[in-house]
Amino acid sequence: MTETSTTTGPEAPALPAAGPGRGRPRLARLRDLALIPPIVALLVYGYVTNPDVFLTKSYFVDSVLKNLAPLALVVLAEALVLIVGKFDLSLESVVGIAPAIAVFMVVGKTSALGAPWPAWTVLPVALVFGALVGVFNGLLIVRFKLSAFIVTLAMLITLRGLQLTIVGGATMSNLAKQIPLLDNLANLRFAGVPVAIWIVAILFTAGILVLGYTRVGRSLYAVGGNPAAARAAGIRVDRVIWMTFVAAGLLAALAGLMLSAQLGSVAASQGEGMIFQVFAAAVIGGISLEGGKGSLFGALCGVLLLGLIQAVLTLAQVPGEQIQAVYGLVILVALVLARLTTGKAQD
Amino acid sequence: MGQQELVTAPVVEAIGVAKRFGPTVALADGNLSVSAGETHALVGRNGAGKSTLVAVLTGLLRPDAGEVRFAGRPAPPLADRAAWRSLVACVYQKPSVVADLSVAENLFLNRQPRGRFGLLSRPALRRQATELLESWAIPVNPELPAGQLTVEQRQLVEIAGALSLGARFVILDEPTAQLEGAAIARLFDRLRDLREQGVTFVFISHHLPEIYQICQRVTVFRDARHVLTAPVGELREEELVAAMVGEARGLVRVGADRPAVGSDADPVLELTGVGVPGFVEHVDLTVRRGEIVGVAGSAASGKRQLAEALAGLRPRTGEVRLAGRRVPAANVPAALRAGIGYLPGDRNVDGFVPGLSVAENATMTIAGNLGPAGTVLPGRRDAVARRLIADLEVHTAGPHQPVSELSGGNSQKVVMARALASDPRVLVLVAPTAGVDVRSKESLLGAVDRETRAQRGALLVSDELADLCVCDRVVVMAGGRVIAEHPRGWDEADLVAEIEGIGR
Repeated sequence: MTETSTTTGPEAPALPAAGPGRGRPRLARLRDLALIPPIVALLVYGYVTNPDVFLTKSYFVDSVLKNLAPLALVVLAEALVLIVGKFDLSLESVVGIAPAIAVFMVVGKTSALGAPWPAWTVLPVALVFGALVGVFNGLLIVRFKLSAFIVTLAMLITLRGLQLTIVGGATMSNLAKQIPLLDNLANLRFAGVPVAIWIVAILFTAGILVLGYTRVGRSLYAVGGNPAAARAAGIRVDRVIWMTFVAAGLLAALAGLMLSAQLGSVAASQGEGMIFQVFAAAVIGGISLEGGKGSLFGALCGVLLLGLIQAVLTLAQVPGEQIQAVYGLVILVALVLARLTTGKAQD
Repeated sequence: MGQQELVTAPVVEAIGVAKRFGPTVALADGNLSVSAGETHALVGRNGAGKSTLVAVLTGLLRPDAGEVRFAGRPAPPLADRAAWRSLVACVYQKPSVVADLSVAENLFLNRQPRGRFGLLSRPALRRQATELLESWAIPVNPELPAGQLTVEQRQLVEIAGALSLGARFVILDEPTAQLEGAAIARLFDRLRDLREQGVTFVFISHHLPEIYQICQRVTVFRDARHVLTAPVGELREEELVAAMVGEARGLVRVGADRPAVGSDADPVLELTGVGVPGFVEHVDLTVRRGEIVGVAGSAASGKRQLAEALAGLRPRTGEVRLAGRRVPAANVPAALRAGIGYLPGDRNVDGFVPGLSVAENATMTIAGNLGPAGTVLPGRRDAVARRLIADLEVHTAGPHQPVSELSGGNSQKVVMARALASDPRVLVLVAPTAGVDVRSKESLLGAVDRETRAQRGALLVSDELADLCVCDRVVVMAGGRVIAEHPRGWDEADLVAEIEGIGR
């Protein structure tokens, strides 16, 4: 309905959800905070059922939050891509292959390209590789106008195969001793908090600032919301999309290093299946698959919610395979709740 | 049809229909009575309640109060879609056909004729579709994918589908909005034929002359209420506009007092041998400071593509100079920087981002100037947006309201704000008043008039006479070339004949 409001009669109801119109901006902000109550509820529940363990620093910060850090970075990456109106399934493969290649060049049994390379090269090599994957995805999607879904799906499979070839089905382990960077990434602390958590906090803060308060950030929403209008307004749509894929590749590579650091190894299957959790967290956090909608704060809440559910279920000694089923259910419930609270059809 | 009207009840009758959405009253007192066999115009500004009434009449919305009757009987329950579809149909501006299916399949969607073993029979489908189209004399090939139809053919196919369901009452929601003159004439011929065969129409249009061409009676809505119903012959166009606007007010006549632009005024925009591959052959054109140049022509004339090329959205050849400086081709940011403010022809396609706020849409062209080092300071953005909202009289709850919630006229003003935000030297406007109500038309054209009086020039691409009246000079394009030029004071009939390619 495009009717302008002819406001007569009784005052507007107190609930902003009561109708379209003036309540929307407030509602959008409410949507951001929608996950706070369930997060608090899970914290309380975890504390009440396991008062000696749940909220202790050694469990909650050093285990739950720290283990969530790599996932959070990939969700950040995926959120950017979703906001700009595209898809990136290949991020989970980047989480595996970027550290695999970087580590392989340092400790692998190879002499190709002058290997072994010095240990410090791990970080730049992983990041450059992640960025290159983004460049390649962008090339196919922006230049050749291929569907992001299919391109990144093919990329996911290709990179996964490449990783198996390099790592050879085995696991490169005991990395902490050989590569100081990974040791630091896993064990360094600032103000008593693991460095991984700091990195996530800093990058999310930066992301929120960039998306909310810079020209480039706002153009992500414009491109995701209506690329034709963005183009007519002078936004270089292709460049913005391409850049977003590169940024996502970088973030996923960093997440991969973080994960390898925490495990002290690079397994052939590192990152496998992660993309489902990533999408779950992003969508629960209010990022629209249609593009142009959602906030990074919401996405971070989505990560926290998933992490807390997992923590609670683990402490309740639910077997790992059943946690998977619960994940699925949580996503469905979250979608239904989002539909009911915003009153908007999902597609 | 004449004699029957007296005895039979109205085909459709809405009595005191009211509908509100939260605090918004969409319809307060909706009354409409349509007699069998007439084509009944429904007019009103955007937001007058027309679309809500249509939704109630087609059974898509349950009214809060009032009643709808078909041929004297109460309307079926909302859940009984089949019953509604056999009574009434609405052809919307947006296509409601499946583009990849054939016309025949679209006509018999979900009720395809069956052949042997209960499987669908394509020959039977083709035969029935052909029969249906022929019986209503609709010249469309049933084998064609629906996506390949012209707008006018698509509308006729949708009407045929409704008729085959038994409905003899069809609502046409701005059917001519996307059509050019010749297509409108063809559509009207078909509508007249259908009316003679007993089909009743409600015809919604912003284009008032059409109502006099094709309708017998007219109903006016204003501010969610029924204002009047009268035979069109008894209502002059000025009276009709007055009823829509609510106060005595003539047709849109903005800019009648524009000062003359001398031929010695500085040129701001100079086109030399500009071509757009496939659309425009060779155009030389100069817009001077303080001048509005209208560009008229049929849809195939290339006028819209010329404007898009000037905005940098299409590749072009030839030379474009702005205040003497060359503008690079096919580069939107460069065109913006050079000083071209662009208003696209279809706001829903590339005019605005619906989910984003009024402020963000209006300042999208100047996002680089709203803070240091690529930052966008919300305070500064809102301040700029508030100024633009005030200048253009945008009716909005505030700079943070999403544009998707605004009416057509107000969202168009936001797009105009986006074009003006960069303080351009030249405005390139395509159909700036398409699909907006009379008052928004005045305020949009008023803005063009005001903004071009001092420094700017404007190129106004349109074939709405009301738009062209504002222009200091009108050029007519056909086949990718400029074929005529008229100073202010042109003869309407001559101009229309040239636009439509009718020899006089």
